[in-house]
Amino acid sequence: MNVAAGNRRTALYQLQKEAGARFVDFHGWDLPVQFSSILKEHQAVRNACGLFDVSHMGQVWVTGKDALALVQKVNTNDAARLAPGQAMYSHMLNDRGGIVDDVIVSCFSSERWFIVVNASTREGDVAWIRKNAEGLDCIVDDQSDALGMVALQGPSAKDVIDAVCPEAAALPRFGALEARLWGEDCVVTRTGYTGEDGFEVVAPNAIITRVWQTLLARGTSSFNLLPCGLGARDTLRLEAGLLLYGNDIDENTTPYEAGYGWVVKLAKASFNGKAAMEAQKKAGPGRRLTGLRLLERGVPRPGCKVFIGGAEAGTLCSATFSPTLEAGIGAYYAKAPVPAPGAKAEVEGHGRRFAAEVVALPFYRSPNRI
Amino acid sequence: MPQPEKCRYTKSHEWIVVEGGEALVGISDHAQHEISDVVFVDLPKAGRAVTQGEGAAVVESVKAAFDIYAPAAGTVSAVNPALAGDPALLNRDPHGEGWLFKLTGVDLKQVDALMTLAQYQDFLKTAH
Repeated sequence: MNVAAGNRRTALYQLQKEAGARFVDFHGWDLPVQFSSILKEHQAVRNACGLFDVSHMGQVWVTGKDALALVQKVNTNDAARLAPGQAMYSHMLNDRGGIVDDVIVSCFSSERWFIVVNASTREGDVAWIRKNAEGLDCIVDDQSDALGMVALQGPSAKDVIDAVCPEAAALPRFGALEARLWGEDCVVTRTGYTGEDGFEVVAPNAIITRVWQTLLARGTSSFNLLPCGLGARDTLRLEAGLLLYGNDIDENTTPYEAGYGWVVKLAKASFNGKAAMEAQKKAGPGRRLTGLRLLERGVPRPGCKVFIGGAEAGTLCSATFSPTLEAGIGAYYAKAPVPAPGAKAEVEGHGRRFAAEVVALPFYRSPNRI
Repeated sequence: MPQPEKCRYTKSHEWIVVEGGEALVGISDHAQHEISDVVFVDLPKAGRAVTQGEGAAVVESVKAAFDIYAPAAGTVSAVNPALAGDPALLNRDPHGEGWLFKLTGVDLKQVDALMTLAQYQDFLKTAH
């Protein structure tokens, strides 16, 4: 097993090990990379549903009189548009416009906000949010260590969630609710990282195993659910054009460069990085995350060099075999002027070059998405 | 197709079996299980001479690429044409329909020095 000594484990580790999961190191966590097969797990999520342990992700409550002001300051997207029970995808920027993290922000009242952050950036995010909270009347409470999180994803997710939280089935896309499950305070959102319909359930570690087991039992008995690992999570999110922090974005990339300008709401009074974003919008980003699809059989990997017209044009930041398209796919930062879809390219791997072409992102749009 | 008992094994999990003047090469069931979900196999060109331990093929799974080494010196005489259209054969039948390539002019001393099935199974126990 490919695990590192001293790594952190989620509350579900033992259950998953018994279920035959193979583990892999992910930013200091031992997480399941697959249970049965990445391809089967991927297809289960596209056609039925899959269940992921995402307990490594961080959860931060922001509460108090100035909570909205803090959430607005650290986010590019406009939290003032959210009513209680609504969530949004957003970026947090540094003053240069670089992405500190990409997050999901849920509103439960103007004074109660819940932010889900990436595992790899959690400590930095919390420090950054706290720094921005100076002088504001609110509390930043990092509950990541106490909370587990599972993602139920796929067209059948709405039928399976019923086993744990019946009222969640009525949530709209990006809806959020607080629920008491097994006597504990939990958060359920209609969100995910697969490009399919689905839910994410955040629950205290004490009951996360019950959430997992209950969803697993309902889903496997009636809906062809498979437990899924990080392998399928990566192929699913890349097909859907969703960003992976550390690969596709970091503190030296901006939302406009990543093709996520829609999360930047320049009409907001102010937010971290606003001046840099205004300048970049005016000038146009000098590069943009661009999709490639291999035209011959082969599997591109992150780090592979990209060539356009025979000249080196960049490096793949994300890349894999797309089970849905049955082709190699990847994304790289193309310098402006960005090549248009259909432009011919090559990807280098194993000492040879594979023919590829530029394609629009996302690679795949699910017909099942609500 | 060669029974696992008739094959010799490398520490890098290839098998080889010599039948007549030709040797057949593949990967072990243990290897296909570890690799999982094969989606592409890059095979050597027929006529290529390989030395023992030389990278001769690449097996790509969804997650990673794996080099396949020649178990013994020889010349590639044929590759498995079925793998181009159905690379998952390697997962389903690693000792049969999922063979990789054939070698002629194989160094038989090198083959004899490789592990038997029983030795390979012991090796798997101690290596993990």
